[in-house]
Amino acid sequence: MTLFKKTATELQSLLHNREVSVKELTAESLNRIAQMDGQVQAFLSTNEDQALAKAEELDKLPMDGRGSLFGLPIGLKDNIVTKGIVTTAASKMLEEFVPVYDATVVDKINEAGMVTIGKLNMDEFAMGSTTERSAFKTTHNPWNLDYVPGGSSGGSAAAVAAGEVPFALGSDTGGSVRQPAAFCGVVGMKPTYGRVSRSGLVAFASSLDQIGPITRNVEDNALLLSAIAGLDPKDSSTSPQAVPDFRAALTGDIKGLKIGVPAEYLGEGVSAEAKNAVMEALKVLESLGAEWEEVSLPHSKYASPVYYVISSSEASSNLARFDGIRYGYRAEGVQNLEELYARSRSEAFGDEVKKRILFGMYSLGAAHHEDLYVKSQKVRTLIAQDFANLFEKYDVIIGPSSATTAYKIGEKLEDPLTLYANDILTVPINLAGVPAISVPCGFSNGLPLGLQIIGKHYDEATLYKVAHAYEQATDFHTQTPVIWEGK
Amino acid sequence: MNFETVVGLEVHVELKTESKIMSPAHAHFGAEPNMNIHVIDLAYPGVLPVMNELAVDFGMKAAMALNCEIAPITNFDRKHYFYPDNPKAYQISQDDRPIGANGWVEIEVDGKKKKIRIERVHLEEDAGKLTHSDEGHSLVDLNRQGVPLIEIVTEADVRSPEEAYAFLEKLKAIIQYTGVSDVRMEEGSLRCDANISIRPFGQEEFGTKTELKNLNSFNFVRRGIAYEVDRQVDVLLSGGKIEQQTRRYDEATGKTLLMRVKGPANDYRFIPEPDLTDIHIDEEWIARVRAEIPELPDARKERYINDLDLPAYDAMVLTLTKDMSDFFEATVTAGADAKLASNWLMGEVSAYLNAESKELDATALTPEGLASMIKLITDGTISSKIAKKVFKELIDNGGDAADIVKEKGLVQISDEGTLRTIVTEILDANEQSIEDYKNGKERAVGFLVGQIMKATKGQANPPLVNKILLEEIGKR
Amino acid sequence: MTQLTIDEVKRHAGLARIAMTDAEAGMFAEQLEDMIGFSNKLQEVDTEQIAPMTHPLPLYNVLRKDIATDALDREKMLKSVKDHEDGQIKVPTIL
Repeated sequence: MTLFKKTATELQSLLHNREVSVKELTAESLNRIAQMDGQVQAFLSTNEDQALAKAEELDKLPMDGRGSLFGLPIGLKDNIVTKGIVTTAASKMLEEFVPVYDATVVDKINEAGMVTIGKLNMDEFAMGSTTERSAFKTTHNPWNLDYVPGGSSGGSAAAVAAGEVPFALGSDTGGSVRQPAAFCGVVGMKPTYGRVSRSGLVAFASSLDQIGPITRNVEDNALLLSAIAGLDPKDSSTSPQAVPDFRAALTGDIKGLKIGVPAEYLGEGVSAEAKNAVMEALKVLESLGAEWEEVSLPHSKYASPVYYVISSSEASSNLARFDGIRYGYRAEGVQNLEELYARSRSEAFGDEVKKRILFGMYSLGAAHHEDLYVKSQKVRTLIAQDFANLFEKYDVIIGPSSATTAYKIGEKLEDPLTLYANDILTVPINLAGVPAISVPCGFSNGLPLGLQIIGKHYDEATLYKVAHAYEQATDFHTQTPVIWEGK
Repeated sequence: MNFETVVGLEVHVELKTESKIMSPAHAHFGAEPNMNIHVIDLAYPGVLPVMNELAVDFGMKAAMALNCEIAPITNFDRKHYFYPDNPKAYQISQDDRPIGANGWVEIEVDGKKKKIRIERVHLEEDAGKLTHSDEGHSLVDLNRQGVPLIEIVTEADVRSPEEAYAFLEKLKAIIQYTGVSDVRMEEGSLRCDANISIRPFGQEEFGTKTELKNLNSFNFVRRGIAYEVDRQVDVLLSGGKIEQQTRRYDEATGKTLLMRVKGPANDYRFIPEPDLTDIHIDEEWIARVRAEIPELPDARKERYINDLDLPAYDAMVLTLTKDMSDFFEATVTAGADAKLASNWLMGEVSAYLNAESKELDATALTPEGLASMIKLITDGTISSKIAKKVFKELIDNGGDAADIVKEKGLVQISDEGTLRTIVTEILDANEQSIEDYKNGKERAVGFLVGQIMKATKGQANPPLVNKILLEEIGKR
Repeated sequence: MTQLTIDEVKRHAGLARIAMTDAEAGMFAEQLEDMIGFSNKLQEVDTEQIAPMTHPLPLYNVLRKDIATDALDREKMLKSVKDHEDGQIKVPTIL
């Protein structure tokens, strides 16, 4: 099957020439899920009837006025709320929760005429980097089913990599779009904080969360970000900056581009194959006319603790609303209110979530408020300044998206600190609020590696331009896992 | 030993916006349970608060009217606590950067003026309402969740129950004048807690305080503080120690009852609200809001005393509520004598409102109507006695006094000739009374005046009747 | 280094309204100690003159007009509520 190897633009011309209908595209997606998801386990739920019904409606619309994403299937990470469709955040807490409103990004993909196929697996409440922390299932890496897809948007990245859907949305609080995109050999963008509305995203850490597109190629990614970005009156943190047509940035011309490569991103803890892949990528970019220099992000070594203190603190606050009263899991047979709270939350939250809540409570408590929470916010200022300093001289910053290729399932479950340390490559970006994209840049033992390109605030256009130029000069994005062919 | 009372007050005032502070649900009072709600109020996964601009304006306006400094940069914080009326398990409030701080309110008790300092005024959202059933469970109504509030915190400057009462009365008047709240305690749009302690006179250090809740009227605040001070004095004099407690005022007995003993200070784990931006308040914004603040009660009071020659007491009473004060001004503008207008409003009008339990705007009386009547009194067309009849008509059915007087034939008889004829007739018929008067019985005059009034259906001009009567008696 | 006791973990769990056995608290105590140890590294950074970063972007005065719109339908709301009565959400005895 090759349909989903095509770009959105190619699929659009098939639709236009009536060589394929929206209904056929939708059916293709549902068929592939039926065929493959038993192994990949990317989806938590699919809405087959609704999707097919919508596809039929869309097929009736005139060709004129259809946008570049019209009729194309998309999967949504299950922390993006969908009206009338169960949204679980992969937690027992929300196992039966049916939202009464759509997230702003859902409104936007509907306006674009896309067809929502289903909801994708993730680490519970997006806390994790392997998707093993889902309360419901473990998603497998399509490149090697013994391996994790990364996380927390592991379902989104795996579904795209397996060709179950050509488009997916994930969310990225500390790398949760970029790292699984790297592990699964697809393109994942974490936009500038405030670029995409968080209204309807189940909050993990409000000052870090951002929804981002996961696609098979850079152009599709640019199209999807153009569709979902923009000021939203429902989210006070969205930026009034105009949203450019990101596809227009894909000129292929990166002559004179100035790249900074932080020494810290190629140092201790980063595997030889990840380093090599980045060095090879830099050669490609040089051949296209870019220049690079080694630079430093001196405070990046503090980024992980800062990230865990801030994200856990905000999570302890954001997850306090899950109390079993107005919606969600409610413990049975309780005698009084305190028991209702304590048992509902104890029975419905997984251990990773509990641990982060406890660490958040500890960090925010009067005893450590200053030396953990406020201190972290201050060091966050320094981390953001590091980026601002580099961006005075460089157009983009480049490094690996992950220190290694994907882990074996179960391998890191008992080793959270290594996982946390690996976040050093991705969390500083969320702390600074800048955008970053991961594009496929090679393989090691059959598992993909990702190149991370980091940009200035609101300068996703340059990231797409560089990523696209690089992609066009390489062939990693054209490769598909064996499972793609249904084997 | 003599003890000094030390009280600080915390007053919550609901702001009169159309929509809630963080959501576009209606904010008005009195809807059926859970009809004024929005997904934001329910704290559904993924919802985000969006700040109501008018709530910020109103908070700023109230803070300015209380003489506060306005923060150039202010922000909102999450205050965490679990309770069924608090759906997010945090209240969006303001921690270390309140919108207003360092204000004051001047009160007057027993002729002595005093400033009560305002520590801070901050914006926050109200919580929902819990109703406890007899069977043990509780019911949650989230209509009130997210209604904008300001919390006004005084320094511990209040030294008596009377000062607390005077402060609240003044605070209520000021807030009402600004128009940011209905300040109706019975609807919960004004709520007050009191922190109460005592210390030996001369001691600088504060005593241990108790927090008093469930104070549902200004009178209960006054009585509650008085009771609590007595209770604390008794405890200390009997060798006991004051415990840090939260107590509630019991309306039935007038006593304060223990609710809970306070442990170590609550840890609300404040964090700056990441879902809302900071608010920068520049001079232009301040000037715009300041320009919207009307003349406040104290300024009006001074003007009434200085420009309208009203006694201080009248000026104080008239300015206690804005509707009364506005009514007074409109009456004077319509041509009434200020002192007469004041007398009528403080006398007959207030008595009527009390008796009927009505608000001024619920009656048919208009400032023009009242002024028309006062003008008829001033020019002698009607007597004060007749005026009472006219007033009854005006407040029940409205209209113009001159029309009423004409329709009902209530014009005062001030024609000397007409009156002299009547006086002569009455004197002819009551020779004994003349005799009695001449023998020193002053009362006899009263009887004669009464007869004349009866004969004229009360329409005779009283001073003129007196004058003519004495003249005619003198002739006999 | 901080020695986190089981009681302390249980106190935080209590504040977070999460019921916890001693065994669970013991497990979390170890994990939290790791996280606390890892976070103590922050103390070596000089932040004397540094302001805390509370928002990633310097937006301010994002406000909406005071207009009341779209209420949430009560019946729709009650569908997610496990226990309710007369249009209100029912909660068990508050101690």
